[in-house]
Amino acid sequence: MYFDSLAAALQMDGHGAFVWSAYFITIGVVALMVYAPRRREQRFLRQLEGQIRRSEGGNPPGASKEV
Amino acid sequence: MWTLFHKFGSPPWLYRLSGSILRWLLPITLLALIGGAIWGLLFTAPDFRQGNSYRIIYIHVPAAVVALAGYYVMAIAGAVSLIWRMKMADIAMRACAPIGAALTFVALVTGSIWGKPTWGTWWVWDARITSMLILLFLYLGVVALYEAYENKALAAKACAILSLVGTVNIPIIYKSVDWWYSLHQPASIKFTGGSTIDPSMLYPLLFMITAFYCLFTCALLLNMRVEILQREQRTAWVKALANKGAAG
Repeated sequence: MYFDSLAAALQMDGHGAFVWSAYFITIGVVALMVYAPRRREQRFLRQLEGQIRRSEGGNPPGASKEV
Repeated sequence: MWTLFHKFGSPPWLYRLSGSILRWLLPITLLALIGGAIWGLLFTAPDFRQGNSYRIIYIHVPAAVVALAGYYVMAIAGAVSLIWRMKMADIAMRACAPIGAALTFVALVTGSIWGKPTWGTWWVWDARITSMLILLFLYLGVVALYEAYENKALAAKACAILSLVGTVNIPIIYKSVDWWYSLHQPASIKFTGGSTIDPSMLYPLLFMITAFYCLFTCALLLNMRVEILQREQRTAWVKALANKGAAG
């Protein structure tokens, strides 16, 4: 490791606030890029499952299927 | 080749393929991003002129490089969607826009943070930075334009035209540091001629660029999967998937 201690790594000779904030913002954006579509996919499948259940529940067995 | 082209046009095939790719590519990508960031942050020497602030390069440059490459992917998908009316190309174009916008945002914000200790200012209206801001607006424009139309076929056409017209901006971004006087430094990595960056800094940078390309691929596939499900929600295979309660 280049730095002697954790404090030196955090401070980075006065540039720590700039460097670490840039990395944390990037981590946030990357997490959102990966998490948001996965959540949308899960939510959509759950919604669709609910719709299918409701439509199946609304039609008693043997009832004619009108379009 | 044409068989593969036709296979890519099949939503269930692409959905299943993307699921099996993401199962191994996503964890590898996240590990590579963490590893590359640690390498750049803690295991490289500081720049002799910029000190430790230069460490932002390991996220700023990869984000910018992939944001530019992502625009080409979006424009090519737009062209394929316009010419062959291929549904999957339309989905890919639509999926590229928010990812490109996110990466351009990262490039602009990290560049701005890097600018403060290096140039003494958060922002300058110079050619490179302004053309990158235009790239962000082009990506957001594609997202907004698609949402603005009720008729999605028309929306896809309009977005494809916008993304194709916007490609004019990409060579301007590449060449902006050569064509105009700019605070932004010229390219350090050159494919023709020698790079002006030390190998100890170059290798982690190339590693992070590769990791960001993988991130783009993962995010593209993740976004495409949602789009595929939404468009194919009336088909039997999507209903079966919803009934199973699994996301693949």
